[in-house]
This record gives sequence, structure tokens and C-alpha cells, in this order.
Amino acid sequence: MSSKVGKISWISGPTVRAEGLEGIKMYEVVYVGYDKLIGEVIAVSGDKAVIQVYENTSGLRPGEPVYKTGEPLSVTLGPGIIGRTYDGVQRPLDIIALKVGFFVKRGVTVDPLPTDRKWFFEPKVKVGEEVVEGDILGFVQETPLIKHAIMVPIGIEGKVSYIAKEGEYYITEVIAEITKNENKYSVNLYQKWPVRRPRPYKERLEPEVPLITGQRIIDILFPIAKGGTAAIPGGFGTGKTVMLHQIAAWCDARVVIYIGCGERGNEMAEVLVKFPELTDPYSGRPLMERTILIANTSNMPISAREASIYTGISIAEYYRDMGYDVVLVADSTSRWAEALREISGRLEEMPAEEGFPPYLASRLAEFYERAGRVVTLGRDKRIGSVTVIGAVSPPGGDFSEPVTVHTLRFVRTFWGLDSALAYSRHYPAINWIISYSLYVDSIAKWWEKFIGKNWLILRRKIQEILQKEDELKEIVKLLGPEALPDNEKLILDVARMIREGFLQQNAFDPIDSYCSVEKQYKMLKLFVEFYENAKATLEKGISLTKIRSMPVIVKLMRCRYTVPNDKTEELDKLHQEIIDSFNKIISE
Amino acid sequence: MHKVTSIEYYSVRDIKGPLMIIENVSNVAYDELVEIETPTGETRLGKVLEVGFGLAIVQVFEGTTGLSPKGTKARFLGKTFELPVTEDMLGRIFDGLGKPIDGLPPPVPRDYLDINGAPINPERRDYPTNFIQTGISAIDGMNTLIRGQKLPIFSGAGLPHNMLAAQIARQATVIGQEEEFAVIFAAIGVQHDEASFFKKSLEETGAIKRSALFLNLADDPAFERIITPRIALTLAEYLAFEKDMHVLVILTDMTNYGEALREISAAREEVPGRKGYPGYLYTDLATIYERAGRIKGKKGSITQMPILTMPNDDISHPIPDLTAYITEGQIVLSRDLYRIGIYPPINVLMSLSRLMRDGIGEGKTRSDHPEVASQLYASYARAQELRALALIVGESSLTPTDLLYLRYAEVFERKFLAQSYYENRDIWKTLDLAWEVLSMLPKKASASKIIELYNSEYFLFKAFPLIITFKLCNKYLEKYAKSNGEKFEAIINSLKCLIKFLLKACSISINLKLGGNSLISFL
Ligand SMILES: Nc1ncnc2c1ncn2[C@@H]1O[C@H](COP(=O)(O)OP(=O)(O)OP(=O)(O)O)[C@@H](O)[C@H]1O
Ligand SMILES: [Mg+2]
Repeated sequence: MSSKVGKISWISGPTVRAEGLEGIKMYEVVYVGYDKLIGEVIAVSGDKAVIQVYENTSGLRPGEPVYKTGEPLSVTLGPGIIGRTYDGVQRPLDIIALKVGFFVKRGVTVDPLPTDRKWFFEPKVKVGEEVVEGDILGFVQETPLIKHAIMVPIGIEGKVSYIAKEGEYYITEVIAEITKNENKYSVNLYQKWPVRRPRPYKERLEPEVPLITGQRIIDILFPIAKGGTAAIPGGFGTGKTVMLHQIAAWCDARVVIYIGCGERGNEMAEVLVKFPELTDPYSGRPLMERTILIANTSNMPISAREASIYTGISIAEYYRDMGYDVVLVADSTSRWAEALREISGRLEEMPAEEGFPPYLASRLAEFYERAGRVVTLGRDKRIGSVTVIGAVSPPGGDFSEPVTVHTLRFVRTFWGLDSALAYSRHYPAINWIISYSLYVDSIAKWWEKFIGKNWLILRRKIQEILQKEDELKEIVKLLGPEALPDNEKLILDVARMIREGFLQQNAFDPIDSYCSVEKQYKMLKLFVEFYENAKATLEKGISLTKIRSMPVIVKLMRCRYTVPNDKTEELDKLHQEIIDSFNKIISE
Repeated sequence: MHKVTSIEYYSVRDIKGPLMIIENVSNVAYDELVEIETPTGETRLGKVLEVGFGLAIVQVFEGTTGLSPKGTKARFLGKTFELPVTEDMLGRIFDGLGKPIDGLPPPVPRDYLDINGAPINPERRDYPTNFIQTGISAIDGMNTLIRGQKLPIFSGAGLPHNMLAAQIARQATVIGQEEEFAVIFAAIGVQHDEASFFKKSLEETGAIKRSALFLNLADDPAFERIITPRIALTLAEYLAFEKDMHVLVILTDMTNYGEALREISAAREEVPGRKGYPGYLYTDLATIYERAGRIKGKKGSITQMPILTMPNDDISHPIPDLTAYITEGQIVLSRDLYRIGIYPPINVLMSLSRLMRDGIGEGKTRSDHPEVASQLYASYARAQELRALALIVGESSLTPTDLLYLRYAEVFERKFLAQSYYENRDIWKTLDLAWEVLSMLPKKASASKIIELYNSEYFLFKAFPLIITFKLCNKYLEKYAKSNGEKFEAIINSLKCLIKFLLKACSISINLKLGGNSLISFL
């Protein structure tokens, strides 16, 4: 056997060099120093290794021991994850607080999952049954919303030689044994998975089901599919975090993983205060019953920030494998990239653009590639998905910087935030001219089948009006608005109505915050029909002034606040009122 | 840290910028505090930045000016930089490293705390929701400060950020709670007179008794600036979380802090990020700014108000940019407003308080607060757009409603924004004033803006001939572009000028009720 203990030879912030570690492997977890700080090997040469330490290294000395574990950095997967708040390397923050108080101290070892709690296990297989990797052995009701499937671990197959009876078990208890060629494998309620390795699946599917977010500009104009990818870049204060909170709160996924990656502590506190009070609009249950938080704030160790993304996505894949639609939001991937840069700098690697390491692009690609809608392993052909949405924080709000540029190569939805919109308090400040979604055509079928006809045509109409407004604005800038003919002024009017009455959505208004698909579709139709009617009326020679003074406009503009999601029939009434109003001014 | 007896080394190999490379050391810890002694007996402090077997890189806080490798002694102290803390530090003045400079003996410490602190466990944070009344309308009404928030002031050279910060420090209260803030003031590379301005203003109101001042002035060693804000925050944490006090921390000027950091990074020959600042500037600033907030089960709080001057008034400069990425909003001062004599010259549109929404309204300030704030924003944003438009097309081409908005913007700036350095407006006064200012706009301005817009016969009448002109020109242009590609740009520009001229001419003719046809016939 190779030596189990080496020693520190150099310390520079979060990176530590060590020697005497014969047989050390890349990405192996090690314990550093007398305090046994958690670290991970990120470069190896002979018996020497470079280690990124996940905790503050202040006070470490050369010569202190480094202990090998032989294991790669892994997550512990099993019941008890949902509702938890973890740091970047899956340590429950509430337990850390219980142990060491309100400041995060280092060298604390805590179990990722509660070992003192029993779960009610319900077996699904019988002794003698043949099982393969991914097959479900039984279930644990983890929260009222999540039935947690206990699956045959990856790489295991054979005959079930033991299965636990229905009843309560600790996660460490053996609940099944699988035998193949005399080899017996024991299954517990939990399994481990190395975070840097994507969990395998059987087959990738086309993303054709939209992820409904309840945010109009997203669901109608720039939709994302379940299993899709999206980036939301924007300068400070443009609304990335609010949008990610909104998606985490309102999207129609079954499991939501929120990674606060190098961002503010108070934002995590906000989620922790508000989510337990909010209810999932689809089930009526408290949101925390489907949410997992990973909080590695900006002042916590940067190497754990780097790991947090992988911890999060591995957990996401695990719930996907049970057949759930999972959404992972990461705020902000730029901070993760900066952690990469800092560690790379300390290794004195050759930098590429703006000091980022040359492998930035491939790391981003690998991360977004772990999204997808798949047929999972296991013989029952479950379908699950991981949707990945990442905030990007470009320095100076400049989208030509490396992280934004590379991210846009690998995501299929782009919600570009605009500082000018944010300054004028147009929220969400998504710029409707530069943003795009490549899922529109593939999810159109879903909308037209389940919600309403002509979704594709209606949303295109809205886009055309906004596009036209953008062109006309150039003329207005030059000549003032009066330079336009009435039909073009009408476009400006309606575009403004669309911007203020449809695109804008107040995240903090009890009604407007979440807009159901039915309400979205009806509103979409109302705005388009208003425009068509107004255009026709204008062509009949009625003056624009008359159209502009129709009282129904105010109602239309305010319906996002006034019509609750469960009373969308009021929008049908409004529809009739619009038609009547036009008839009235025509007949006058 | 495991304590060891300190050993002295004479083995300084190199001195480079603020760094010192010391050889043949053993058992030195990363981040350890080092005392440097010159042959003449002068001592300076430093800390270990990197360490390996037999070699340590030490950063000297007071700089290395006058040091030579020969004869310089380094003593490793076996601990990190710790600040002796006690409540008795209130009412006192210290230098940038925490030594008293007011001529009084050092206070007797109750505890020694590592100045780097430790991250507050996000799970233990209490979400801040208590409104702080600063008595300044632009802040209380539109960018409300919350207890436990970090809200910086972005300023420019020569703008009155110090007055504003001093006014806030003097006036800040939480309504209904008589308790006053303890003020911790950290001067980071600022001028003597700026520091004494703060001192005086705290003395004037007697607030000095509950204040502690840490002064690293412009002529003090630059590398101390890395330490000064951390010392201030260490005392703040002690007072807030051990002694249940509400603490307001003012850090000025964070731009100087960033520059000191850049210099150290350059001396270490690190790969620079934007504008030569190190790639870890964000993370480093976060270890300062995140030391604000509230903790569950603790009575005290830390509210931070960092001040920074934006080089060239450029908000996208790395220091303001990364600061705003960490803080919970920003108060931006405007040179334009200052020029026209508005104090405080707060650019409300670029300013933001992210914690405002949960700290205002029913039971916190007044139920109409969210509504009035959003109306103020919407109408002022609209007015600013029109101002820009009026600059290009002239006020004469705006509608009466538009003109009303322009007037509104002025009244808003003069009556609502502007107030005197000694005027302390309570929140009710601020909100009433807001309604009063808004009342000059057409009713339901926010809801039915669209109808009011361009809604006048005068406007419609005038537009008609122009459209025709424009269309004609456009057609002409297109044809011309096809035959004479290269000169296209120049021609467009001159045609645009012509149309503009025509527009002016037209608006006059219509004003004179001469009808729009004149323009067409002219063409
Ligand atoms: N949909 C919305 N409705 C109402 N207000 C919003 C909305 N989106 C954003 N805001 C406002 O904008 C502020 C800034 O938003 P947010 O914190 O999400 O910005 P950010 O892009 O995450 O900034 P940073 O990069 O600095 O973290 C919020 O505090 C809120 O006041
Ligand atoms: Mg954010």
C-alpha cells in the first residue's frame, strides 16, 4: 500500500502543495493539517499534489500532515436532502451552526444526511427478482411532495437476495442485497456519487415540454424547455437574482435546487424566510418541500464555491433519475468562473482571456451538458429532466467578456438583462430585442395542444410590434413622435401597452408575481386583438385620439394586477368589452 | 493557531514593493503576523502571504520604504492579526492599525479578535426589514436604508458625499425605537480635512461619545489600508453581536482600498484582471462588505455605508462595479445635479435599495409608500426620457403633457430631492411631499399614461405633413443609395438635417395656423 500521510510543503491562500503522497489521484479528497480541513487534489506530479482547500487556511504551517482518503469528492444521496441548506461541499449549514455558532468555523465535520432519523421504507421488489442499475427497489416519502425512489446503484445488477420489509429504517441500514456470481452487494437508503462525473442515463430526449415559470416574458417570448439550458446575464441590480427566485418559487418542476454561488448572505436569508411561507401553485404545499439550497456566499471559501456547482448538479441528476423534472438555478456562474481563475492563478497556469484559464470554456460546456431530458436507467423507462439556468454577472455589464461569451455558446435560451430598463424600473429588465430562445418551435405543440390555438402566431405578432417599435423609435429620436403617421403611432401606443401591461411583471405584487399559463395566453390574445381592432378602426377613418381615449385601455393595462389566476373568466369579459368599445367608437 | 515561541530571523533575502522574502524560516504559519525591526529599532507589522519550507513571503503593512535586507529583523508572532476590543473604544480615535492616537492610554481590552472575522453562516442570518429613517427624502422615500443593509455611496471627486454620510450618521434613527446608532468611522487614505470634517460633525451632535474613529489618512502608509476596514468591522461585530448594539459603519474611501490591493497584487506579479486590479478583487471586497447584517437571536446589527469615489465618474470602473455586485444597492451622486445646486445630488434612477421592498409600507412606514415610490420613479424616468428627446427635437415639438413632465422633473428636483444639510425630514413629511409634487401631473399618471401621451389635436395636426415629407425623403434616399453607394452615409446625414429644419419650420407654420400644406408645396 502507498503511504497514507504526506505533508504540506507550501501554502498560498486556498491552495496548498503537499509531498510524500504516493499514489495520490486527481480529485481525491484529502484532509489537510492538524485541523483536518477538507481539500481536493487538483494537480498531481509524482508523489506531489496541489490541493484546493475548502476552508480557511489561515494558520496552517508547512510540515503539517495531509491525510489521503482514496475517495473522490462525492455527494451523499438519499432521503433528507430536500428542504436542507448546504454549503458548497454538502455540509448542512444548520448543523454547522448548532455545532459552532453563527460564524462558520473550519474543521467541522458533519454528516450531509441525518443519521438519527428513521424513514418509512416501502419495498417494490421481491426476493429473487433480477434487477439492473437504476431499477427502483422501493420508496421513501421524503416530503409530502417527494416520493424518494431508492434505486439500484450505478454499476450494480443481479438477483435480489434480500429486501427489507415495509417499515422504518435509518439511512445506514441495509435495505436490500443484490447477488451476482457469489458477489453480494448491500444497498442502504443512501449512496455516494463523485460530483465531477455526470450520472449516466439511457437516452437523451428532445426537450419539447416547456418549463412554465409563471413569468410572461419568459413563457411567451423566450421560453425554456424542461431539460433545457438558459443564461441570464446582466450588470449589477438588473434583476438576475429576483428572476431566479421567481423561477425557483413558481416553476412547474418537482424539485428545485438553488445554488447561491459566491453571492449575498442576505439573499439566502430571504429565501429561507420567504419560501416556507410561499406555497407551490401546483400542489398547494410549502415550497421548501421541494427545494434544496446550496449556499456558498461570496465571503465563504472560494474553492467550496467552485465545488458548489458540481454538488448541486449531482443532486439534480439523482432526482432526475427517479423520474422527476428538476430545475437547477445557479447565481452566479461568473463567481464560479472567478473561483476557477483564482485557483488557476495560484497554480501559475498560463492564462487565456482576462486571466481566466484556457479550460474555462470546456468547464462551462461540461456543466451545461449535464442538463437534459432523458430516459433514465432502470427497466421501467422513467423520464426525468434537469433544467439548468445560470446567472452571469459580466464586469461593467459588458456582454463581450469571456464568461458571457462562452456561456452563450452552450445555452439555448438567452435572457439578456438591460441596465437602461432596470434604471427606468422596467422589470423584468429582459431586453426583448437581443434575447432569444431556441425552444420556441419545439414547445409550440405543447401550448397549442394544452392551452390555446395559435400560440406561435400570437407571440410572433407581439414580437413584430415590439420590433417595429424599436425601428420607429429611431425616427422618433430624430424627429419627435409627431413625424409618424397614425398607423405607426398606433404601433408605438400598443408597444407601450405591451411593455407596461404585459412584459412588465412585478415580482412583489401578490397577484402579478405569478401568472398562470391560462392567464398568460388570454392576456396575450387580448393585446393582439386590441391591436388588430385598433388597426381596423383606424383604417375605417376613426381618429387615433378616439382610440386613445377608450377607457377599456386602462383596464387592459391593469389586468395583470386585477385578475387573479383563478378568475381568468374576467379576461373573457374584458375581451367582450374591448370589442364592444371598438364597435361603439365606430358607430358614433 | 497553534502557539509557538517566536523566533527572530535576520535572513531577509529580497524586498520588493510592500513584500519581503525571508529565508531559512521554519514553522511559520500562513497568515501569521510578523514584526519587522529595523537596525535603528523602529518596528513595523506585516503578515505572511505565502509560506513553504524555509521561505516566507511577507507583506509589510507600513510599506518597506527605508528597509534594507541587511540588519532587518523579522519576528513571527505565532498568531494572526488580532484587535483588542472593548466597549470603551467608543469615544476614541485610533490610527489605521488600531493604536490610539488621541493621547489617551489604550483601553483595557475585553477580548482579542482576529481581524479577518469569519463568514456569518447564511442559515443564521436574519433577513433585514427594519426601516432606518435618515431624514433625507431621496433615500427614505425612494431608496430606503434598512437596518443590517450594506448600502454604498458612489460619488465623484469633489461631490458632497462626506456631507451626505455625515448627515446620515447624525440623523439616522429607527422610528419607535429610541436607541441610537453607534458609529464606527474608518478613514481609508482620505485627506486630513475630510477626516476632521467627520470628527467635527460627530462632535457637534455629541455623537462622538458613541463613535470610534479609525484613521488611515492620505499620508499614512498605503498598505495599512488593507487592515483599516477590517479593524473597524471587527469592533463593529463585537459591539453588535456581543454587546447588542446597532452599529453604523462608514468606510471611506474604498477606492483607495482597491488601489492598495492592486499594488500588492502587482508586487506579487499576479496575473492582473480588469484595469490591473487582481482577479480576486470581488472576493476580497466581499470579505469586507458581507460583514454587515443581522443574526437570528441577536439584538444588535451592522449597517454599512461604504463611500467610494468613482474614477472619472465611471460607474463601470472595477471598484464601483464589483462593489455594487456585492452590496444591497447603491446611492449614486450626480455631477449634473450638483452643478445646478441640488443637495443632496442623488441620481435616484441609478440608485437602488434592494432591501427597500420588505422594509416599507403598512406597519413599517406608511401604506402608500410603495405606490408613491413607484409613481415617483415612473414619472421621473419618463421626464428624463423627454428631457433627452427635447434636447434633440426641441421643446417646441413636445406636447403640452410632455412639457408638463419636464416642469415636473424640475419641481421634483428642487422640492423633493433638494433639502438642506440640517434639514431632517421625517418619513411622513417625505411621503406627503412626494404626493404634493406628483399632484402637478395629470391624474392617474401611472395607469393611463398611454392615453395622455401625445393626446392633443395640435399634435396630430402638425404631424401629418411631416410624415409625407419623411416618406418622400426616404424614397429618394433609397433610390439614391442604389446608384451612389459610397456617399450614402453623408447624404443621409444631410437629409436628416434638412428634415429637422423642415420640422421646425413646420411647427412654426402650424402654430400660426397656416396649415400643413405649405410644407408639401415647399418640397
Ligand atoms: N420582477 C421584478 N419586479 C420588481 N422589482 C424587481 C424585479 N426584478 C428586479 N427588481 C428590482 O431590482 C432589484 C435588483 O434585482 P436583483 O437583486 O435581482 O439584481 P441582480 O441582477 O441579481 O444584481 P447583482 O448582480 O448585483 O446580484 C431588486 O432588489 C428589485 O428591487
Ligand atoms: Mg443578484
